[in-house]
Amino acid sequence: MLVLTRKKNQAIVINDDIEITVIDIQGDQVRLGVSAPRNVSVHRKEVYLEIKQENRKAAETPNVSLDELIKKKP
Amino acid sequence: MLLETKHFGKIEVDGKAVLTFDSGLPGFEHLKKFILIGGGDGTSPFKWLQCVSDPHVAFAIANPFMLVRDYDFEISDEDADRLEIEKPEEVAVYVIVVVPGDPDKMSMNLKAPLIINSRNRRGAQIILDTGKYTVRHYILDELRRQEAGADACADKKKEPGDCNK
Repeated sequence: MLVLTRKKNQAIVINDDIEITVIDIQGDQVRLGVSAPRNVSVHRKEVYLEIKQENRKAAETPNVSLDELIKKKP
Repeated sequence: MLLETKHFGKIEVDGKAVLTFDSGLPGFEHLKKFILIGGGDGTSPFKWLQCVSDPHVAFAIANPFMLVRDYDFEISDEDADRLEIEKPEEVAVYVIVVVPGDPDKMSMNLKAPLIINSRNRRGAQIILDTGKYTVRHYILDELRRQEAGADACADKKKEPGDCNK
């Protein structure tokens, strides 16, 4: 992994069309600004992984009548 | 066209109804073409999102507004641009449903809804930048919560504003 040191308001450029800027640093939190072409999706990693995992579980959903399942709520 | 599906065997579908998810779905990035199956009469909140290229991949999905009346979110400009959304009316919204071993624990992902531009049939699973919703809302709990909310409103008509919370 490439490790770079940056200060507030400094940026890094990836492939000349993605720019990541350090907007603010407060204690152990860093605010980053990302400008990238619209076909590049940018997500918080833990949220993205959670959604991936949930989608994989969703693909295991059996062929059940979902309408019947919500009718039987007590 | 004749399409092989995960749950319904081979069925005839309209080739023009195929949806394109340019980025796939998280965990299924390589699958771009899907079709909606079921829910034709509009009374059920549920449909299936069947992958066109892989018959083994299908997701149960729901119209969230039929299950959580106060569900709301904003589509970011980036996502609206990506799907070339011009008017809110052309947007269809679904959420992915998970039915685990215990079906009473069936859940939906309100944090990452599927957004479909019904004009150009392009879709994406977007991730909402909000702490209000999570990837797992238990559907039966949500329905009970809403019923309780509706009852509470019927009981004390003096503060109707409370019912919208």
